[in-house]
Amino acid sequence: MAKVLVVTSGKGGVGKTTSTAALGAALAQSGQRVAVVDFDVGLRNLDLVMGAERRVVFDLINVVQGVAKLSQALIRDKRLDTLWLLPASQTRDKDALTEQGVGSVIKEMRAKFDWVICDSPAGIERGATLAMRFADEAVIVTNPEVSSVRDSDRIIGLLDSKTERAERGQRIEKHILITRYDAQRAARGEMLNINDVLDILSTPLLGIIPESEEVLRASNIGSPVTLSNAGSAPARAYADAARRLRGDDVPMIIPAERRRFFDKLFGRRAA
Amino acid sequence: MNVLNFFRRRGSAPVARERLQILLSHERAARGQRDLLALLREEILAAIAKHVTVESENVHVRMDRGDTVSTLEIDVEIPHSAGMLLAAGS
Repeated sequence: MAKVLVVTSGKGGVGKTTSTAALGAALAQSGQRVAVVDFDVGLRNLDLVMGAERRVVFDLINVVQGVAKLSQALIRDKRLDTLWLLPASQTRDKDALTEQGVGSVIKEMRAKFDWVICDSPAGIERGATLAMRFADEAVIVTNPEVSSVRDSDRIIGLLDSKTERAERGQRIEKHILITRYDAQRAARGEMLNINDVLDILSTPLLGIIPESEEVLRASNIGSPVTLSNAGSAPARAYADAARRLRGDDVPMIIPAERRRFFDKLFGRRAA
Repeated sequence: MNVLNFFRRRGSAPVARERLQILLSHERAARGQRDLLALLREEILAAIAKHVTVESENVHVRMDRGDTVSTLEIDVEIPHSAGMLLAAGS
């Protein structure tokens, strides 16, 4: 049975698009049929992060408005043949998305895919509420930083009240994905640690993605990090998170704190 | 200097944690609060309207949540003519 997953956060720049691409690719690598859908109308970027920016012909709004068929707008990934992208429109504005239209596109996609992953725009406006509207599960991307945690809390409130499942009295499964985690800074008490974030948000953890230059490198070359360097720390963390989404029991590894000998000795702060 | 710093600074994360906990407890309370206040406002207005004529926009209901005590503030503006009646009745 297909699962519709929204990747959301409230706050911008925390890694929603990176996480959508990485989780989508990891799920597709395990043989699942996956579609990633960009809901950021007017500011699309999932196509760029996936390396498909020159292959966009039709987009979500064309499908919602009946100008193009879903099959015409879906772009098949060149590396993984079970991974597809439905891009957002770059020229239209978000008012072109209607709830009914999005609902019927999602319904059609449920029949074709195992996973439909909706990449939400930042904020709590129409694009974000429509991205979460038909979701069965939610990944809330959070940085260990006060404004991100506060916005995540707000989004959790919206997931529990404004989604179709919530309105029908059903539970929407929610997971926290902590990104840009710096174990050294957390160990020194300079950054909220994992338990701080989970205690405050009282939502289960899906994974911890360590801060890494590999993430920027992956977006530079237009490849999900799980494909560009599968052995890197963030790629392995995303792959584990994807397995947890599928229901596997994967032990959670908190990124190791590697302090140099002299830092340990003098309690020195790294640059 | 380094040693002094080491003892003085315990990192800013505990401050972040505490600020967030306080802020979010207020914001979460406020989420459910709007509906409760709308309901209270409606019922208070109905109770008053049985005895005095008041305009609905002249009834203000406000709630302040404190750490130990919360206060409910009800402000009803009664038109002059009705006010005279109330005074006469008492």
